[in-house]
Amino acid sequence: MTAADTSDKAVVLSAHERDEIDSWLARYPADQRQSALLGALRAVMHEDHYLSVPKMDAVATYLGLPPIAVYEVASFYSMFETDERAAARHSISVCTNISCMLSGADDILAHIEKKLGVRLGESTPDHKFYLKREEECLAACCGAPMMQVNHVYYTELTPEKVDSILDGLE
Amino acid sequence: MSDELVSFEVNGQTLQARPGSMLIAATDAAGITVPRFCYHKKLSVAANCRMCLVEVEKAPKPMPACATPIMAGMKVWTNSPKARAAQKDVMEFLLINHPLDCPICDQGGECELQDLSVGFGNSTSEYVEIKRVVRDKDIGPLIETAMTRCIHCTRCVRFGEEIAGMRELGATGRSQYTEIGTYVAKTVTSELSGNIIDVCPVGALTAKPSRYTARPWELRSYDSIAPHDCVGSNIHVHTARGKVVRVVPRENEAINECWISDRDRFSYEGLHSQERLLKPQIKRDGHWKKVSWQEALDAVSSILRKQLAFNVAAFAGPSSTLEEFFLFQKLLRALNIKNIDHRLRQVDFSDQAFVPSGLGVSFTELEQQQAIFLIGANPRHDQPMLNYRLRKASLAGAKVLALTPRKLAFNYTAEQIVAAPLAMVTELAVLVKAALEAASQAAPTVLADLLASVEISDTAKSQVENFKAPNSLILLGQMAVQHPAFSSLRSLATVLAQATGAKLGYLPEANSLAANLVGVLPHRGLAGEAIAAPGLPVSAALDDKNLTTVVLMNAELDDFANPQQVLKALRAAKNVIVFAPFADTQARDYATVLLPTSTFVETSGTLINAEGLWQSFKGVVNPPGEVRPLWKVLRVLGNALNLPDFDYVETSEIVAELKLELQAVPLTAMGQLSAPLVVAKQDANTMQRIGDVPLYRTDALVRRAKSLQAMLASPVVRMHLADMERLGIVAGDLVRLGQGDSYVQLPAEADEAVPKGCVWVQSATEVARALGAAFGSIMVDKG
Ligand code: SF4
Ligand code: FES
Ligand code: FES
Repeated sequence: MTAADTSDKAVVLSAHERDEIDSWLARYPADQRQSALLGALRAVMHEDHYLSVPKMDAVATYLGLPPIAVYEVASFYSMFETDERAAARHSISVCTNISCMLSGADDILAHIEKKLGVRLGESTPDHKFYLKREEECLAACCGAPMMQVNHVYYTELTPEKVDSILDGLE
Repeated sequence: MSDELVSFEVNGQTLQARPGSMLIAATDAAGITVPRFCYHKKLSVAANCRMCLVEVEKAPKPMPACATPIMAGMKVWTNSPKARAAQKDVMEFLLINHPLDCPICDQGGECELQDLSVGFGNSTSEYVEIKRVVRDKDIGPLIETAMTRCIHCTRCVRFGEEIAGMRELGATGRSQYTEIGTYVAKTVTSELSGNIIDVCPVGALTAKPSRYTARPWELRSYDSIAPHDCVGSNIHVHTARGKVVRVVPRENEAINECWISDRDRFSYEGLHSQERLLKPQIKRDGHWKKVSWQEALDAVSSILRKQLAFNVAAFAGPSSTLEEFFLFQKLLRALNIKNIDHRLRQVDFSDQAFVPSGLGVSFTELEQQQAIFLIGANPRHDQPMLNYRLRKASLAGAKVLALTPRKLAFNYTAEQIVAAPLAMVTELAVLVKAALEAASQAAPTVLADLLASVEISDTAKSQVENFKAPNSLILLGQMAVQHPAFSSLRSLATVLAQATGAKLGYLPEANSLAANLVGVLPHRGLAGEAIAAPGLPVSAALDDKNLTTVVLMNAELDDFANPQQVLKALRAAKNVIVFAPFADTQARDYATVLLPTSTFVETSGTLINAEGLWQSFKGVVNPPGEVRPLWKVLRVLGNALNLPDFDYVETSEIVAELKLELQAVPLTAMGQLSAPLVVAKQDANTMQRIGDVPLYRTDALVRRAKSLQAMLASPVVRMHLADMERLGIVAGDLVRLGQGDSYVQLPAEADEAVPKGCVWVQSATEVARALGAAFGSIMVDKG
């Protein structure tokens, strides 16, 4: 009668994503599938660079959770992108919190914006870079100014150093 | 948590409670006020609003009363300077982002935040920065949202997860970006969703149908009983300026706790339907003429007097009151009319000698069952608040098994045996055979052939094993009662109950238990009295060549199993006398006399719920126009016909009289066929129709409640993908469905929940009126 009576969602998880999720599931008790949620979302992030609603629904179905339980987690953690416009191969976070700011983070950020031709919070049209508005501080104050590209921290930045880091990325 | 009580002190007063129970429960019980938002006695503790902070001796900081377990000897102050300061600070924080829109907020006047801010808030705010704004969500026709008002107490989220058993709302984002919603645009579909309006302490979630209609202080509240299912939920009906503007739960721990179903909450909208009958009318030469009650009742009595009793058939809808049922059958029986029935959706009457009972257990006992077997029951739709009890049983570990013609969306763990309607009999036979074997009992002779034809499976063995638990219950639901082989299902269920020691009960339709007790039946009179030369059951009465006159009380096409057959009979009949609150175009076409009678808010009456509990209620509003309480109309008609003993002044007199009469009525859940059971074969050219009644098409009032109707998806035909491929149909194609001499066209949808060889075409919908038996064979081809 209502859509809720029959939910047959098309599964859109890739084989690789499913393997990854299964490897997480194996670490938890069988009745605690929710525990694999963060791992599952990370697997999807790796492949799509963001979490689309259909993918989150697929994760929900796969783990046997209500979709909203997945949306909650996905929207809570800043490491997860839920907006398609944020989907890019490389995610750059420039810390602009106090230590970095005092050491010239604003100039670094302005340099990156100029170099990539995007504003903070945007990604390049070729989906290579996403300049993320980060929830700071990134806890590398001793090496300020710093940025994080994907999972790697780069410290004591200068515009030249930034250029060579970014130019070196595929 | 131990059961021993310990003593502790609150504001210098000594209290006792179980150690480990939460402080707020004890202060509530003692009538000590502790402000709160997120705490709700029926929900888990979230302790996120911090409004309930109190001072606890030796604790360095104030503690939340809702999450502070009681310990022996502890000393608590709920209104010490320290506690008050903490409460005021929390209130200040809560109001930072709360809009100052109380004058245009529907919750104003009954808002927990507004109330508590009077006691704990400041008249001015030091906060001058920008307030946050949250975009409102459209979560469907029943619930209005104003999410800027939300204080993130998460009561609504916990309600969905814990009570409704369906998590639809959540808290997404974090910190100042946290929002309560569905994240994706989505209608909240739970059949209990309206309760989040009540649990929301602020005006973030309010009732959409009654939006901006009245202020809480303008409302008058009346106690009543919801008539739409066999639960009989206790309700408050709120009126403003003589009009019903909303319905809310009335707490009754033994029945509906503090909740009600959406159907019970929003059905009142139907009261104001365009199809409401306001004046008696008589059809003369094909034209309707408005007449006085006197004239109308004279006409009716002269019709009834002129007809021979066997020319008349009288049908009553199952949501009529006990008093209406009683007077209806009393009047007809006094005229010697025997074709009387209320089993409008039933088609198999071969074991009618055993008049069905109710549940056989109380609602609270339902929760204690260890094994529950639902045969042809969709309690989530048919009895939402009863389903809530079943869910509690399931969460407490009960094994729930369901035999159903289509896969159902249970909101708890239930093992489902999904079988095409006719195959349900064989599936049940498998379980019976397994149960008999486990109990080393021989098969009753009538079952011998059927049981010989099936084989016990290992699954069946383990399923039956569960029913050995001391508290196990088998329930026959509406789809079983409407089943073409209902008596076979019942016979098998009876043997299953006997072999396993499980109890057997029914999930009756609305108030039909009352109809069984007072004898709105062709073969039974008041209190189960056997009728010599019984009348015909509904379908036979409709087909009877002698039929010239039909009396319908609270019954219309959508209330019958086979609207096609009904329409044909009514069109052919010379007189169709209708006692009803509503008449649609079809009723105006087949009826010859229309008598405008009451709905449940315009009359006093009594409903008997599935437990067998009698609940009487009073009228709430004056009937509109010339509408009269139905029981009074029947009484006056009895007088007009000069029938004896029709001089009741109050419904309570009828109830007092019936209480004595109906004490020992032999109702039984058990039923035994005397002839051998056979399973009907499906004709290879047709498919089987699964025609259950949609959630919001159960009775005339519900069918006219606008917002509930907006919750229903438009009708489609659902079938298994394999059948679609076989018939060359793709999703969205129009499919031609034929039953009897007419057909309809509906778009197709693939649905794995429907067994092969079946189509799921629900009944009681407008298109289904052109179709035949709800659970019958149906021709299906590409349109
Ligand atoms: S919508 Fe109401 S019930 Fe839900 S979290 Fe907000 S304030 Fe609480
Ligand atoms: S302020 Fe930038 S890393 Fe701490
Ligand atoms: S009521 Fe205790 S924290 Fe909300």
